[in-house]
Amino acid sequence: MKRTLFAAPHGTGHWIAQRLTAVFIVAYTVLFLIALGLTQPAGYDAWRAFFGQGWLRLATMICFLALLYHSWVGMRDILMDYIKPAGLRLALFMMVAIALLAYAGWAAQILWTS
Amino acid sequence: MPQSALKKRRPIWYNLSLFNLPLPGIVSILHRISGAMLFLLIPAILYLLQISLRSPDSFASLMQVLRHPLAKLIFCGVIWAFVQHTLSGIRLLLLDVHLGSDLHTARASARVVVWLSPAISLLMIWAFLL
Repeated sequence: MKRTLFAAPHGTGHWIAQRLTAVFIVAYTVLFLIALGLTQPAGYDAWRAFFGQGWLRLATMICFLALLYHSWVGMRDILMDYIKPAGLRLALFMMVAIALLAYAGWAAQILWTS
Repeated sequence: MPQSALKKRRPIWYNLSLFNLPLPGIVSILHRISGAMLFLLIPAILYLLQISLRSPDSFASLMQVLRHPLAKLIFCGVIWAFVQHTLSGIRLLLLDVHLGSDLHTARASARVVVWLSPAISLLMIWAFLL
């Protein structure tokens, strides 16, 4: 079989991960909206206290990581379908990957240092 | 005219415009468009979270910005992209486990997504923004 440039050798793994992360993100969103509805944090102090809950920080961070993996698979699919020149595709892959890694660090920083 | 030249000149024309896509195709391309939108919005969402948690002052100024009609309009787009992507995503998950993958049901579920996502988006906009 001829491999397409940059098609991952572990396509099935990415495919399954895309589905699992999707389920997790939806579950988190529902949970977050329920928690928000129950608490209804009004004002800065209540909002901070809301995000000060350890379980919510952890769930939010895990959800962000799931989101970043999910985005990676999705953006990779889009770029592989529409961007044909190899150099440009590689450059865009790298930009997306670097951006997603940076977002992961940024999310951790927001959740634990602010 | 020689046969080969005739063959070369014969055009094959596929009408691939968005408006000629069958409904499941429209749902599929909307899944991609909303997904790409959500990817591009990640830094904006992180930034909003950051300034909302930073200090009472930054929280207050953020609330003020969010009351602006333009900010609300952008949020409508965010909500739509999220709802559209989630609903068509749930449909894809069901198709993955071979639920409703026959043509008739697949078209029906595509129709459900096309009508349900603006409805839920409007409901969420009404609940959160008005």
